[in-house]
Amino acid sequence: MNNKDTQGELWEVFIQSKPGQSFKHAGAIHAFDREMAIENARDTYTRRGEGSGLWVVKSKDIVAVTPNEEGYFFDPSNDKVYRHPTFYEMPEGVKNM
Amino acid sequence: MKTEALSKEELLLAFEEKINSEQKIEPLDWMPDEYRNHLIRQISQHAHSEVIGMQPEGNWITRAPSLRSKKILLAKIQDEGGHGLYLYSAAETLGVSRDQYIQWLHEGKAKYASVFNYPALNWADMGAIGWLVDGAAITNQVSLQRTSYGPYSRAMVRICKEESFHQRQGYEIMWKMMEGTKDQQQMAQDALNRWWWPALMMFGPHDGDSPHTSNAMKWKIKRETNDILREKFINKTIPQAELIGLKVPDTQIELLSDGSYKHSDINWDEFWQVVNGNGPCNAQRLAHHIQVHNEGAWVRESANLSGNLE
Repeated sequence: MNNKDTQGELWEVFIQSKPGQSFKHAGAIHAFDREMAIENARDTYTRRGEGSGLWVVKSKDIVAVTPNEEGYFFDPSNDKVYRHPTFYEMPEGVKNM
Repeated sequence: MKTEALSKEELLLAFEEKINSEQKIEPLDWMPDEYRNHLIRQISQHAHSEVIGMQPEGNWITRAPSLRSKKILLAKIQDEGGHGLYLYSAAETLGVSRDQYIQWLHEGKAKYASVFNYPALNWADMGAIGWLVDGAAITNQVSLQRTSYGPYSRAMVRICKEESFHQRQGYEIMWKMMEGTKDQQQMAQDALNRWWWPALMMFGPHDGDSPHTSNAMKWKIKRETNDILREKFINKTIPQAELIGLKVPDTQIELLSDGSYKHSDINWDEFWQVVNGNGPCNAQRLAHHIQVHNEGAWVRESANLSGNLE
């Protein structure tokens, strides 16, 4: 944050749409502390009952893959087709597998 | 705040109401100590099982009969390690550290699935383990996707999706062997003979003898009982065996009119012997885990140092 900024820090918002489901990224908000962050997230992203759970995390604490390194970063898994069930031959008529 | 004003009875009532209406419990929600302790025990046991379960299969990586089968085995074992990590993370949301979980394992206070205390003697065992042990685990885990604890449920959803290849690769090994020479067929049958009963034991004691079943069912940590899950597994696995010409090692097997199978009971003496530490490989499995953990201590120490410098 630049010293002259007066908008507070950026926080990323994650919503759990139904109890038990994974939290999904919804967007971001500005806030000056944790309490304000969770309230701003509520007011900005869950005005229509979008969620049963809400997480906020400071954006600067998120570690992400940059788009230009995406290709080789994920590369090691692309040629491993045997991780998928359809790779395997099954005898005719096998059930529940 | 609000929770302080409520009595323990009111909290319990609200908790059970949530459970009864199929809502998930999340880490920061109030929960009874017994619920938390049950989860601590069950999820860590599950995590330890994934990690200890890497050992019998790891034994065969260098001796896989083809590059294809070696790559598959490596990918499968890598998955098991990953599943252990999902589960440890879910278990850590209950307020116990990973170091503590591992210490309990090393002290023998935490258990893991006793099926991994049996040795993997030859390549056919890779087939039997994938087909039967993973098959039994999947039967249990499909049911646990609906567990009442949110982080456990989400880990189960992820694991079930990834495990779908594990059972198939095992069954494929068995099928190919059954299409092969007489010796190969005998190897496959021998592996089934040795792994059938340990696989059935994975579901745990009979419901009546299971000390943890009642609260676990009431609070929907478990959604189906040990016996019901075991029957499901038996009913789907016997036809799979028959289809490729294998016979499960139980003379009492009989197809009933409702599509289920009559079968003999497990040797519970053997079950408790292995659970209580006297199986063929208990000492070896734990000693190996402790050794590898200690050998890796310097890695964790240096990583800690470099992390702190950042």
